[in-house]
Amino acid sequence: MSQLIGLYSYWIVIVLMMAGLYIMIARYNLVKKIIGLSLFQTSIFYLYITMSKVDGGTAPILVDDADYVYSNPLPHVLILTAIVVGVATSAVALALIVRIYESFGTIEEDELKSIEAAEPDA
Amino acid sequence: MIDQFPALQIMVPLVAAPICVMIRNPRWSWVCAMVASTLAFLISIILLQQVMANGVIRYAVGGWAAPSGIEYYIDAMNAAVLVLVSGISAVVLVYAYRSVAKSVPAEKHYLFYTAWLMCVCGLLGIVITGDAFNVFVFLEISSLSMYTLISFGQDRRALTASFRYLVLGSVGASFILIGIGFLYAATGTLNMTDLAARIPDSESQRAVLVAFSFLTMGVLIKSAVFPLHAWLPNAYTFAPVAVTAFLAGTATKVSLYVLLRFFFSVFGKDYSFGQHLLNGVLLPAAVAGFVLMSLVAIFQNDLRRMLAYSSVAQVGYIVAGFSLATQSGLTAGIVHVVNHGMVKASLFMAVGCILYRVGHVHTPSLDNLMKRMPFTCVAFIISGMGLIGVPLTVGFVSKFTLIEASLEKGWWAIAALVLLSSLMAIVYVGRVIEIMVFRRSRETGPESSGMCEAPLSMLVPLYVLVGVSLYFGINGSATLEVAGRAASFLLGGLQ
Repeated sequence: MSQLIGLYSYWIVIVLMMAGLYIMIARYNLVKKIIGLSLFQTSIFYLYITMSKVDGGTAPILVDDADYVYSNPLPHVLILTAIVVGVATSAVALALIVRIYESFGTIEEDELKSIEAAEPDA
Repeated sequence: MIDQFPALQIMVPLVAAPICVMIRNPRWSWVCAMVASTLAFLISIILLQQVMANGVIRYAVGGWAAPSGIEYYIDAMNAAVLVLVSGISAVVLVYAYRSVAKSVPAEKHYLFYTAWLMCVCGLLGIVITGDAFNVFVFLEISSLSMYTLISFGQDRRALTASFRYLVLGSVGASFILIGIGFLYAATGTLNMTDLAARIPDSESQRAVLVAFSFLTMGVLIKSAVFPLHAWLPNAYTFAPVAVTAFLAGTATKVSLYVLLRFFFSVFGKDYSFGQHLLNGVLLPAAVAGFVLMSLVAIFQNDLRRMLAYSSVAQVGYIVAGFSLATQSGLTAGIVHVVNHGMVKASLFMAVGCILYRVGHVHTPSLDNLMKRMPFTCVAFIISGMGLIGVPLTVGFVSKFTLIEASLEKGWWAIAALVLLSSLMAIVYVGRVIEIMVFRRSRETGPESSGMCEAPLSMLVPLYVLVGVSLYFGINGSATLEVAGRAASFLLGGLQ
């Protein structure tokens, strides 16, 4: 039981991750797929931040105190980079969706598939 | 100066990319990309020479030493991949000028070359770095610019192909990110050398196993190993053909390099293949890949799609070599990474020449092409022989070592299946050659008479690549020596 509640942060990660993955698979709308992808990536950020937490730790600032407890700053830094990457991915994806809408007139995956199947190869 | 070459390898394309944006002129942005690419190629050759002469190069980025700073780590393995990536980029870029001029609107050319340079920068970064998180960052740099490059295709299906690649590629990269996170949680370091030292003693072996699984899945998606190749055929078919030639030669190869680096250098051969029976997953996927995808390739009527399926099959050969996990198996895999990179790039370049003049690459209507485009067709035939593995071509060198390696381990069935899949390659390449050379034109229209060869600026780089691959086919010991060194480095772990 204590495992269940004590690790609640990790449970949130798992729920978010699976929700994101499910949206990406189950939704045909391309924008919704990207929402799912963002959720999926956000859950990973959450995972990194969770594991850097030290019990009772505060911000990592250099002070003259040997007992000063601080959280591990490295995952925070890594996640800053990963957030930027995530934003860039969403931006490229949304730009592609705009172009897809302009040239196909739809952003529903099933309709796109049937349009594409009708076009000849080569 | 020469000490700074590992940093310059990345910095040259990275700095040239924004310069390209500022230039905006199609011709001069191409010149800028060309200069940067050539410089990167020269740097990578010097690095390879240094590594072969003096051993491993370690470079502390920004002067911060290894545990706290990011380290670039170059041994025989990644030096060879650096040469492959920057070399193919330089050669294909010469070719791209005319090819892109025809298929991409002129006002977008500078963006095309910017994305190209970013892609080169990302791919070189993945290969050169010795820091696990840095791999992820460079992977995303290269992937994002790759999605952009693919969407430059003329056909509107390039957009959906790019989007599907983006979704799958991002999931793959996210899996890699999760894997790196768990590795950090289990060991407290991101430096690959330190990771390799600390993983065996880590208290949380379960976290290491989770990291291992996520990394495996992520890398297998990125390198398009069968059944995770769904993004590849459409992306290769509808991207501008210069981009396809570049990607086919480099992108999946770099992901395969990541696979090697993590499985052999970081986790170690015993962990990956001993305790966790990775070959129970990898080998069936690889074998099914090269048999089924060669079979699928036979039935394709679009030349580009046929070559795309054949690419998935070739990835199968490479992974099969890796999963043998012996000195000769690894050598075969690494040699095939380089050899197939050259062969597939030159094949796609020949296809681009046909596309440039004929306007389509619908295989059954390419009859009698030999009369109209003899040089292109000869290049296609030579490279096609390389794909099949005819003696005196690079394909023969790598397939021969692969079969030798599987026989050495006593896996007769694998060797037989490699031969079977090569027979299928004869069918699908032979069919194209038969149509090109021997089939008479059914209609005698005005377009079917007279020569209309592709421009020289496309033919010369094509023949440079064909020539290089012929050289390495005849003098197979040159690449085999580098690959052998790389394999023994990988089996021996990081020094």
